[in-house]
Amino acid sequence: MAHAYDDTGYQALRVKALESLLVEKGLVASDAVDQLVAAYEEDIGPLSGARVVARAWVDPEYKHRLLTHATPAIAELGIGGMQGENMVALENTPEVHNVVVCTLCSCYPWPVLGLPPAWYKAPAYRARTVVEPRAVLSEMGLELDDSVEVRVWDSSAEIRYLVVPERPAGTDDLSEDELAALVTRDSMIGVARAEAPF
Amino acid sequence: MCDLTQSPWVGAASDLGGLRGLGSVVREADEPVFHALWEGRIFGVANVLVGKGLFPVDEFRHQIETIDAAAYAGTAYYAHWSWGVERIVVERGILTEEEIEARVRELGRHPETPVPRREDPEFTKIALAVFKELGATPRREIDDPQRFAVGDRVVAVGAKTSGHTRLPAYVRDLTGVVTSCDGAFVFPDSSAAGAGENPQWTYTVRFESEDVWGDVAENATPVYVGVWESYLEPAA
Repeated sequence: MAHAYDDTGYQALRVKALESLLVEKGLVASDAVDQLVAAYEEDIGPLSGARVVARAWVDPEYKHRLLTHATPAIAELGIGGMQGENMVALENTPEVHNVVVCTLCSCYPWPVLGLPPAWYKAPAYRARTVVEPRAVLSEMGLELDDSVEVRVWDSSAEIRYLVVPERPAGTDDLSEDELAALVTRDSMIGVARAEAPF
Repeated sequence: MCDLTQSPWVGAASDLGGLRGLGSVVREADEPVFHALWEGRIFGVANVLVGKGLFPVDEFRHQIETIDAAAYAGTAYYAHWSWGVERIVVERGILTEEEIEARVRELGRHPETPVPRREDPEFTKIALAVFKELGATPRREIDDPQRFAVGDRVVAVGAKTSGHTRLPAYVRDLTGVVTSCDGAFVFPDSSAAGAGENPQWTYTVRFESEDVWGDVAENATPVYVGVWESYLEPAA
């Protein structure tokens, strides 16, 4: 390689040079970059996915639509956009646990979960989850009984996955909003459970 | 440049499924979306360029796959994005290596220099609508009959290429079962090479873990992989 990308200070400088030159060439609109950054820092994130899951927990017909045609079901809640055009929802049950990975890059359902966390993009998670998902999940704090089938979904083509975690026991009295607060990003990737607040 | 990705029978350094020796998964508490200003800027710049139709995302991914193996594993995620953007704009003659190096040196000497600004409210409005509402799907309508059906046993032969391809190496030449047909999509191998979209049917194929990993497989841990039709052949 002509140069190594091994230093954050140097990398910052290099990106600054690249952006400056591309702005001068008229190819990059500064306001578009500003607003895309702000959109993913402030607006687009796992609260959207949590709304979808909570709705599925309280409304069996919605859940059926979500599990059979996820993209329009998610759009019913006003959620959609880049990297969410072709969604599939995967239901966790006492018999089957689903977990999502992208071994080739970092494909992730942006409109429902935002941009992926660093560990999802890091080599260890991408390399190991397909080989030893039980070990990876256990390290991340999720112990699964050996009788549970663990399905690993590698986002190698164009489908993006949303895991629908199991509704925690004892939450019958909670409202949809209160339920949404129990649904974490990690539970929608499949590396954690949704936990009751007590 | 020592380009290990020219070996078609292995795969790019980014094709990580099943690679050993990478340690544990480290979760960061209260992780920010971007860890530094430059991460957000290169994320935005790359997406603006894709949004303008300057290059397809497949070509961007392919450029990232040309990072040599040692550098790929040892550098920050968004450094890969910076590399991808840089390679594309240089290959297209939009910028030269010398121009970029000279600007890096100049900014190093004068770090107070601001990034120039160019506003384009019309484009920005459209870009935001695409990212936040409309999306930009690579799904296409095609008339070709589907070669495979749910339940078919298939072999993931993949493409023998040093170019961009999306079959993870860990399932290559293995047999699995089609669990769904997921629609027709732009063929990334072709799109990345500038040879057109050539959309194909895609499928999800389930591979049993013992078929993939043998003795080291964990109990009941099948892998579901998304594949383009031409990566598959019927199993004997």
